[in-house]
Amino acid sequence: MSITSLFSTGLKPVNLGLDMFAEDLTAQGVAPVRMDWTPPGGGDPEIIAALGRLERPELAERIDAANEEAVSRVLAAQPFLEGFGQAIDTVPGMTRRTILHAGPPISWERMSGPMKGAVTGALVFEGLAKDLDEAGELAGSGEITFSPCHEHQSVGSMAGVTSASMWVHKVTNRTHGNTAYTNLSEQLSKILRFGANDQSVIDRLNWMRDVFGPILAGAMELNEGGLDLRLLLSQALHMGDEAHNRNVAGTTLLIQALAPYILETDFTTKEKREVFDFVASSDYFSGPTWMVTAKAAMDAAAGIEDSTVVTAMCRNGVDFGIRVSGTGDQWFTGPAQQVIGPMFAGYTEADSGLDMGDSAITETFGIGGFAMAAAPAIVALVGGTVQEAMGYSRTMNAITTTNNPNVTIPALDFMGVPTGIDVRKIIETGILPLINTAIAHKDPGIGMIGAGIVHPPLEAFQQAIVTLADTIGA
Amino acid sequence: MTRYIDIRKNTYLDSVSLMSMSTKANAVEGVTQALLGMATPMNKEVLANVGVHDPAIDAARPSDLMIVIDAADDLVEDAIQAVNDILARKSRGAGDTAEVRYRTLDGAFSEVPDSNLVLISVNGAFAAREARKALVAGKHVMIFSDNVSVEDEIELKSLAHDKGLLLMGPDCGTAIINGTGLAFSNAVRRGSIGIVGASGTGSQEISVRVHDFGGGVSQLIGTGGRDLSAEVGGLMMVDAIEALAADPETEVIVVVSKPPAEEVAEKVLGVLGATGKPAVVCFLGSPRTESGHANVQLVSGTKPAALAAVLATGVDESTLDLHALNLPLIEEVRAKLAPEQRYVRGLFCGGTLCDEAMFAALATFDNVYSNIQKDPSYVLGAADPSKEHTFLDMGDDDFTDGRPHPMIDPSLRLQRLVQEADDPEVGVIAMDFILGFGSHEDPVGVTIPAIEEAKAKAAARGQHLEILGYVLGTDLDTPAIADQVAQLEAAGVTIASSSTNLGLLAREFVAKGDH
Repeated sequence: MSITSLFSTGLKPVNLGLDMFAEDLTAQGVAPVRMDWTPPGGGDPEIIAALGRLERPELAERIDAANEEAVSRVLAAQPFLEGFGQAIDTVPGMTRRTILHAGPPISWERMSGPMKGAVTGALVFEGLAKDLDEAGELAGSGEITFSPCHEHQSVGSMAGVTSASMWVHKVTNRTHGNTAYTNLSEQLSKILRFGANDQSVIDRLNWMRDVFGPILAGAMELNEGGLDLRLLLSQALHMGDEAHNRNVAGTTLLIQALAPYILETDFTTKEKREVFDFVASSDYFSGPTWMVTAKAAMDAAAGIEDSTVVTAMCRNGVDFGIRVSGTGDQWFTGPAQQVIGPMFAGYTEADSGLDMGDSAITETFGIGGFAMAAAPAIVALVGGTVQEAMGYSRTMNAITTTNNPNVTIPALDFMGVPTGIDVRKIIETGILPLINTAIAHKDPGIGMIGAGIVHPPLEAFQQAIVTLADTIGA
Repeated sequence: MTRYIDIRKNTYLDSVSLMSMSTKANAVEGVTQALLGMATPMNKEVLANVGVHDPAIDAARPSDLMIVIDAADDLVEDAIQAVNDILARKSRGAGDTAEVRYRTLDGAFSEVPDSNLVLISVNGAFAAREARKALVAGKHVMIFSDNVSVEDEIELKSLAHDKGLLLMGPDCGTAIINGTGLAFSNAVRRGSIGIVGASGTGSQEISVRVHDFGGGVSQLIGTGGRDLSAEVGGLMMVDAIEALAADPETEVIVVVSKPPAEEVAEKVLGVLGATGKPAVVCFLGSPRTESGHANVQLVSGTKPAALAAVLATGVDESTLDLHALNLPLIEEVRAKLAPEQRYVRGLFCGGTLCDEAMFAALATFDNVYSNIQKDPSYVLGAADPSKEHTFLDMGDDDFTDGRPHPMIDPSLRLQRLVQEADDPEVGVIAMDFILGFGSHEDPVGVTIPAIEEAKAKAAARGQHLEILGYVLGTDLDTPAIADQVAQLEAAGVTIASSSTNLGLLAREFVAKGDH
């Protein structure tokens, strides 16, 4: 707009800075667009310099193109549930003595209480130790291989502990051909993935291994077409889920899709009934399914040269780790944060373990906290209002590359979920991704004690921007 | 300790809301433990685990709501009430409408694509980067922030020029675009006079004088004080003049600035000449007297500039109240001052107002000191005591370092006022009071106690201290000028009717009739 045409157009100002100027404009009847601005990179000169290098027009153009490619792969991905298998037979690199865990790499010694609880429980479950004490010794003996789920095309919720005989989803992205895995929901409360490991936990895992997994696997063998998970996910959001902490609708949709095939398997009616009862015992059954859906989509966007799109966010209860498309498999980490939210009766913040799990893959994809506006029923988790939930989803637009037209939020006029977190935008805006998540007790053996929201540590993104500037700007 | 158990049949609340309500209930005064939950087997087990057993709980069904409150005996009734209020969601007030605020300009632009001007007042270290983003996005920009490098200024103005956009500033305090004042500005009538100013308060003063003479302002464009330097070369001044030349609402163009670099002055006058529109130029303190262009008139001060502009729109001079200098008043004040009261002390918020008063004094006296003096032997620092004739621009960087501008925070000026009154050689203290958007809500009111103290100090040693005030503002400003003038008059302050007259009166009061 030229200067003279400004003179004949209504003035529509943006106020960046002193609020009093915005108030004066409002008093004159010209309400400005208001900003909640902070200096980029937290004002750290090294970080601003790295951002500045990436903002040079020729680099910015290359990065934008690479990010466009990355998000177009995410949007085009079609994750289909193809079946279920035991980890030892399906997950790449799995051995009898391998324990996969959530988050970036971590040694047994540094693991958090709940993750240690899950590891020892899994070793007992696998018959590698006769009890938890022996399991603890074995875990520290060097004979067990610990490895992040993410390094095995997998994701695991909370502790993410996955052992050889556990059953996992097999999800293939039919557009790009990559496959991803995740284990089955143990449902809620006193369960292995929250670090609980008593006999009731082991009994449930045994039942899942012997009945639940085989029935689901048998059902999917009868379903030759597979299940279009993106479609189900999209419907779930329209029904009020954000598909991380609230999975009521998604669980119903998923079991509805599986039910006809479950009925046709050769298992007994009693066993089938147990499966339906188990699924109905918690809304969380479909939670891992959306995680692996997101993983299958995000893996397709990994390893694109010059791209600053985040392809994974995960935590192990000690460290928060991210991966960025343009830097491949490299981890950038910072300290895992405390999750803030309401607790189950009788627990306080002092009991809570730090942020844990690969479930933030949902936010990486654009659901979960990013789709908070789709799930007004859970805004109480953040002690907030529906309006604020709308604001959270809109705010995530500021740090993402695009909106996913296949997964939309009705209340925001069917805005697609914000997709393709851009490290540059996080550094520039100081806005951190919003993650909806659960809270595990800090000690092994207890389990889930609450839920809430958490943000990643800025340090992980600061490391990433410096490495990106060195790589892309070299 | 009292335990209260209530089972509400067929009352469903979702678990997330209940967790949130429990958290609030546990914060109620007197409550040692509050448990709210649906009577599911899991929740019953949780209650059992923390030692709550009751037949009513055993009998409850998953569709029933369980409320358990342990509270101090004397507070249990209040606690139950408070928890019931939480369950009834009474705590949530109105005002849930969260205003959308954007973290980045790109975010704001994509959500509000028809925004067309960005007013930037963030720390100068970050301002250039944001301004560049705005220009790249095709938005006009006003940079209020100071401490932007001249290299950035040149780059930004060149970018703005290439894109046909305004880049007002940096360090630009005032603008009026389409009748809307930005940053520091006064409420003035809209009209046919376009103002381009490389000086903020100078532009404000001309807009107010134009209003006072019955005229109106089409646009007021601030270019930032460095625009007419040799380095920047009038980049924005030229574009702004050409925009006003092309604007059908603008009949007359006024340019105000401190003395520009000579070659830049030549360029600006040439551009004004080429517009063909009547133009008035006030290069404050410049020795130049001829513009060299028939349609361009050079004037000496802000008031003559406003008057010339209003006359150029076709107003008959005889219909105007020109506020001529009050000569009997000058005689009267001279008579009250003791022979040793020879000096003026000017304490200004407005840089151009200070300049104009200082130049008026310099026309008569040599011994004029200031923090904005060009002659290095007459420069005073912010911490230096005043000397002979002293004119301080207290809005200049050396006074504002680490503190707000005196138009917003007058405290430093109040101290200085009382301090100046200790000097028996001071006859006149001249002060400006700037009204309008961005300014203090009652600049006169906050100053009155210091004025009274200053006058009392002089009276205690048997002297009359003349305090001369000028209120820059209009009848449309908040507070209105008449209220501020009335407060000053009640405190015995003499009022000048313009920035120009303020300088002339201050000088004449102490001139002792010796020139």
